Amino acid sequence: MSSSTFFSSSSINTIKSSCFTTENHSSIIPTSSFLGSTHKLRFNPLTANSPTRFIKNRQTHIVAVSDVKQKQLKSTPFVGNLLITKEEGLELYEDMILGRTFEDMCAQMYYRGKMFGFVHLYNGQEAVSTGFIKLLKQQDCVVSTYRDHVHALSKGVPAREVMSELFGKTTGCVRGQGGSMHMFSKEHNLIGGFAFIGEGIPIATGTAFTSKYNRDVLKQADCDHVTLAFFGDGTCNNGQFFECLNMAALWKLPIVFVVENNLWAIGMSHERATSDPEIWKKGPAFGMPGVHVDGMDVLKVREVAKEAVERARRGDGPTLIECETYRFRGHSLADPDELRDPSEKAHYAARDPITALKKYMIENKLANEGELKAIEKKIDELVEEAVEFADASPHPDRSQLLQNVFADPKGFGIGPDGRYRCEDPKFTQGTAHV
Amino acid sequence: MATGLTRFGRRMRWVPSVCNGRQFSTSFCDKDHNPPAKSFNLYTAINQALHIALETDSRAYVFGEDVGFGGVFRCTTGLADRFGKTRVFNTPLCEQGIVGFAIGLAAMGNRAIAEIQFADYIFPAFDQLVNEAAKFRYRSGNQFNCGGLTVRAPYGAVGHGALYHSQSPEAFFCHVPGLKVVIPRSPREAKGLLLSSIRDPNPVVFFEPKWLYRLSVEEVPEHDYMLPLSEAQVIREGSDITLVGWGAQLSIIEQACIDAEKEGISCELIDLKTLIPWDKETVEASVRKTGRLLISHEAPVTGGFGAEIAASIVERCFLRLEAPVARVCGLDTPFPLVFEPLYMPTKNKVLDSIKSTVNY
Repeated sequence: MSSSTFFSSSSINTIKSSCFTTENHSSIIPTSSFLGSTHKLRFNPLTANSPTRFIKNRQTHIVAVSDVKQKQLKSTPFVGNLLITKEEGLELYEDMILGRTFEDMCAQMYYRGKMFGFVHLYNGQEAVSTGFIKLLKQQDCVVSTYRDHVHALSKGVPAREVMSELFGKTTGCVRGQGGSMHMFSKEHNLIGGFAFIGEGIPIATGTAFTSKYNRDVLKQADCDHVTLAFFGDGTCNNGQFFECLNMAALWKLPIVFVVENNLWAIGMSHERATSDPEIWKKGPAFGMPGVHVDGMDVLKVREVAKEAVERARRGDGPTLIECETYRFRGHSLADPDELRDPSEKAHYAARDPITALKKYMIENKLANEGELKAIEKKIDELVEEAVEFADASPHPDRSQLLQNVFADPKGFGIGPDGRYRCEDPKFTQGTAHV
Repeated sequence: MATGLTRFGRRMRWVPSVCNGRQFSTSFCDKDHNPPAKSFNLYTAINQALHIALETDSRAYVFGEDVGFGGVFRCTTGLADRFGKTRVFNTPLCEQGIVGFAIGLAAMGNRAIAEIQFADYIFPAFDQLVNEAAKFRYRSGNQFNCGGLTVRAPYGAVGHGALYHSQSPEAFFCHVPGLKVVIPRSPREAKGLLLSSIRDPNPVVFFEPKWLYRLSVEEVPEHDYMLPLSEAQVIREGSDITLVGWGAQLSIIEQACIDAEKEGISCELIDLKTLIPWDKETVEASVRKTGRLLISHEAPVTGGFGAEIAASIVERCFLRLEAPVARVCGLDTPFPLVFEPLYMPTKNKVLDSIKSTVNY
């Protein structure tokens, strides 16, 4: 299959219009049109500032503007009102509360010894997961990192399955074999959970290719599935990231690369690890739009996500979205979190996405305290029930040890007695010599 | 000076009395011949070795992910403060880049000590190690070499690491001519072996058993000393069966030996220390004495380094062997999460195998 199948005449415009976004950004507000549409995306109107000071000076009022919605850029954190309906607002709120409550419960369970291994919590970053994943259909794919509990929950994996998986029980979404860092779900198209940074991005690229192939070559006209790849700021210095940006832009794959820039890679600050800390700029270098958005504001994230997902669905290619966000806890539950400045933590704690959404909904009369409290209570009960379910579930049987290494257990070969090893009755007990 | 020793191009012993061939147990310390040693654990011993390496060679550098604040296992604490950020620095998250960059440094005559945060993450760097580091001297006709390269990585099971924090990839590197693979079993060994590895004129991959970072405590001399590479050590003498292992697995095998002793089986235990080039003579001499061999390692059994040892010993001692060479290793599955106790070559598995080999 040649690349001309995926060629679109408007691709040249993207490259031209996104050129100047990499240039000096002091005077102009660069814009770029999404291919084939009248939607415009307004980029970060940066003042000239050096990368080392960029955290303080960086404007956070980045917003996606679409002609249809006719928004005005204001200095308030929330642009316009009626960005969401009441139902949507409650859905977003519930999802974020679920993420936060679940992660807090994970921490409790870990310290009680019910959970073990390396657990990485998502507190503070809920806006990104909710903002993006709640826009997806069931058939859209999500590829995540080791900080994947909340991505799984947003995508629709039941909380009880995620909790069981964390406890290592058979009823978990991966039957207890993956653990915290390897959440998979065929039903919800969650393609992992990767302990290794950057390993998921090429896999997401492959998933997106399948979707494009199904539509363009196999002529399944309704196949417009989009893939979202989530990863962090540290990953953006890894070769696999760049290789995939190139491939995705080259073949115009329906993928959205979402960078959850929480400024820290364990103990390595993003500014000190990256030559140009503004990750969104790396998109135009490869021929795709690069967008920076305030990842602590779920409404802004949702606006940007809508544009990017729709762009991918239309077949116009990939987008790179950098979400400026923050994790309130340490890198993992084993991390004492001593390196981060308390004032930085306080700054971001004040921008807690859940508090912000609550305030927005109440101020704009979309919901009242009572309704929100009811949601919180409901989620509390859900998470408690998930823990009870996980506690009551059985541990995996020994026979599960040797399953799924190969597709066909005959792959273990012939044993010393000349028969297939898997036919040895002790094989499934895990005691046969493999 | 220590760097001068490497010019002789051979393994040199720094303090002869400490590392004479046969010692009886890992905790034996020559109090009479050496200055008094204090007890340290494994990561402190490695930290001391790194301090000494950077002190004695002004062109030695330590870098990797998060080494600046001390590293996730605290092996590099204090180095950045003492030697400055130009010599001890953090790299971005790119293993391939880290190792390739280290090879370049080493090619220019520096001592590059690269840390890979977990041995499981060494695979992106596998290409650089196998295709570049191992072949550098060979393909440049000895005009250049990357002997100053040492790659340190914590390896092995830790109880809760699961698939990507517990692997033992030593076998992959043992298949590469041009590299050396060194694995210490305890703090004192680690310090001496690490200093030897750093000063060895060949690229070395140094795997540290992460399980032992805090658990293993031993008396470690505080001065600069090196232990010879490619020399195995008999740490327990016996006459019925030879057991070979390395790293954290040795403590498991030793417990099995003690249990076997109670049943009247006298076990000889050898710590291989350097996996390639490995000390065939010591193992062969021991097998000639006992007639039986058992190898134990955490990595999966098929294609693990035990296979190489078994094949070589059978080739050399075929007529002397009284039982097939036994291997008690990890199962042929990816490293499991909850099934770790089933996967691991535990003391009981080793003991069973000892008994069945002796009673063959």
